[in-house]
Amino acid sequence: MIRKVRLAPVIFFVFLVIIILIDLPENRTLKFSLGGFKVDTIIHPLRIDFQIGTWRIKKNFSTHLGLDLKGGSHLVYEADMKKIVLSDREDALSSLRDVVEKRVNFFGVSEPSIQTYKTGDNYRLTVDLPGVQDVSETMALIGKTAELDFREEAAMSSADIKEATQTPVILRLTQKTDLTGRHIKKSSIQFDPNTGKPVVALIFNGEGAKLFEEITKRNVGKALGIFLDGIPISAPTVQQAISGGEAVISGDFSVDEAKNLSIAINSGALPVPIKLKELKAIGPTLGAEHVRKSVFAGMIGLVAVVVFMVSYYGFFGIIASFALLIYGLITFALFRAIPVVLTLSGVAGFILSIGMAVDANILIFERIKEEERKGKSRDIAIRIGFGKAISAIKDANLTTLLVAFILFNPFNFSLFPQFGLVKGFALTLGIGVLTSLFTGVVITRRLIGAFYKNQPRSKPPNRRSNRGKK
Amino acid sequence: MINFLKYKFFYFIISGIVLVVGIFSLVRYGFVFSLDFTGGGIVEYSFDKKISRDVIQKTTQTEGIKIVSIEETGENRYLLKTAPIDEKKEETLRKKIQDAHKVRIETLRFETVGPTMGKETAQKTIIAAIVAIIGIFLYLTISFSRFTYGLAAIVALIHDFLIVLGTYSLLSRFLDAEFDTLFVTAILTTMSFSVHDTIVVFDKIREHTKIETTTPFSHLANKAVTETMVRSLNNSLTIILMLLALILLGGLSIKFFVATLLIGTITGTYSSPFIAVPVLEMMEGKKKRK
Repeated sequence: MIRKVRLAPVIFFVFLVIIILIDLPENRTLKFSLGGFKVDTIIHPLRIDFQIGTWRIKKNFSTHLGLDLKGGSHLVYEADMKKIVLSDREDALSSLRDVVEKRVNFFGVSEPSIQTYKTGDNYRLTVDLPGVQDVSETMALIGKTAELDFREEAAMSSADIKEATQTPVILRLTQKTDLTGRHIKKSSIQFDPNTGKPVVALIFNGEGAKLFEEITKRNVGKALGIFLDGIPISAPTVQQAISGGEAVISGDFSVDEAKNLSIAINSGALPVPIKLKELKAIGPTLGAEHVRKSVFAGMIGLVAVVVFMVSYYGFFGIIASFALLIYGLITFALFRAIPVVLTLSGVAGFILSIGMAVDANILIFERIKEEERKGKSRDIAIRIGFGKAISAIKDANLTTLLVAFILFNPFNFSLFPQFGLVKGFALTLGIGVLTSLFTGVVITRRLIGAFYKNQPRSKPPNRRSNRGKK
Repeated sequence: MINFLKYKFFYFIISGIVLVVGIFSLVRYGFVFSLDFTGGGIVEYSFDKKISRDVIQKTTQTEGIKIVSIEETGENRYLLKTAPIDEKKEETLRKKIQDAHKVRIETLRFETVGPTMGKETAQKTIIAAIVAIIGIFLYLTISFSRFTYGLAAIVALIHDFLIVLGTYSLLSRFLDAEFDTLFVTAILTTMSFSVHDTIVVFDKIREHTKIETTTPFSHLANKAVTETMVRSLNNSLTIILMLLALILLGGLSIKFFVATLLIGTITGTYSSPFIAVPVLEMMEGKKKRK
């Protein structure tokens, strides 16, 4: 008989290598020498970046830590929809989301997450800002209505003028014009060529350009106030009538302030007023501590489980430990690939799932042993034991998957939990169950097939005669 | 084979006692609810040198911040529970303490929550859990082609749910464990574990009833329990080993979460052979088998 090249072990090996590559630690320097061979590199998890035709695949695998582990802020706002017609509320909420996102992006927060959801009659907006601790600054920006308007000096009787000239210019600018932030098409930050100082450039739309021209015409030689949310930002003196619809706000800005202002003007007013319902800010120290402790606890737990399994089940225990290791590697790779944001409860769930993943193995081993006790040959015992164990594993895991599915609420029914802790937990639970099914059914079977069959045994095994039978 | 079912009323009494104590505590003391449910503020500070509790207390008083409690969570570390405060108040408080006592403060945690948030999450989770239970019942009824299996599994599940809830109420009363969203997830884990464990035993019973069609049901049930006992104990032991590691070394903030999972694992393991199987036997055993 010609031996065919067996593909399965090759595929398995390649699969394992990919998983390990995905799981590699991030930015870890590796330095050692082996004989005359010196190694000094920085380790990264796998990065995919290639092109097939016009289709580009790019993916970095890295661990996504939740706010409680990384530090950061979690804010929940409630939108006040009283003044908005019922049918327009969903739209208002999504445009609210867009405006807030623009403002948040300004801060250069990496991976902010802004979500909206409706619960009962309440419309909510959640903002997650990893790494941001100075919440007051962020909150000020998010909540800002950013209503820009232009004001001119009120017409005064000549009697008032004498008195009025003694008050600062700003206080005399009391007359609101029709020109407001609505008329601005775009705003950007520029630098004054003379002073090198940052200024905010404004481009008006058609109507705005006309209004601006009129206003400047009647105010030549006088101050024109630019107000943001009723607060004067700058009050330049109009030199001449300006047509063409472009203007510049020059205040004594720092670059950041100018950028901030430009963003605020660009994003305009919030479509609906919002109120803060919840704020959670966690410092990076506490998060790092949690990570360190959980990783350590996980290691200790894992060692304890391995010791127990090996001492109780002997050779089976070694196989189970391998299966467990592979289970851990696959799950972690999935966390990185999907990616799943790991929170403290997620990590705890993961560690717990390691304990539960052993179960599939124990079920299989107990069944195989049972069949062997009945006097069946090892080959048959493995096959029957497996078949019987699978039925229990299938039912038990499918119900757990069902629970995970309902809790995860993929269709976002407002009746069920819509975000946060419970959903994250459901996701880790679901991934854990699916992976343990996979390792139990595929990996353990393969490991047993590869090693256990050839284990010596008191009774002479009649392997040959059984192989290939149905 | 051990005749486990002979002592079924003994198991019911044990469960009954734990349930009665737990439910008594539940009704009498209820829970200490976390910030998510009550609304309020939490501020955790780390100081670079020693500072006394009184100093913090005094500053909060002069700032007009209502303090619920001050807890020392570590070396030069304090956790303040307050009435809801905004971020500006927190900032003034921090600056006041820093300036007046020449210490540097790192804000480890700052939370402020309106009281409706947690309630909503809990309500939705309860609805989801009820739907999940109905789903489990239907699945088991189809998979085992008898509704009694599903029903018995659900009885065991509710038993575990009540045990965890009751015990947690005791933890809440005597060790200040808080009813928080983490606890909600722990309850959910317990419930899915409970069914998982029950199914393994039921699967054995189903297998035996298919082969030995004339043997009395109670005999088959005893056999199934005997055969799965080692697996059950071993499985729980591995989970408990993991949890013990977490409880001994893990962060303070998940201490009670892990403790709940520990209780859940123990009752989940116990309820499969000692509650689910006897209940099933009471429903199935009286019927004549073909």
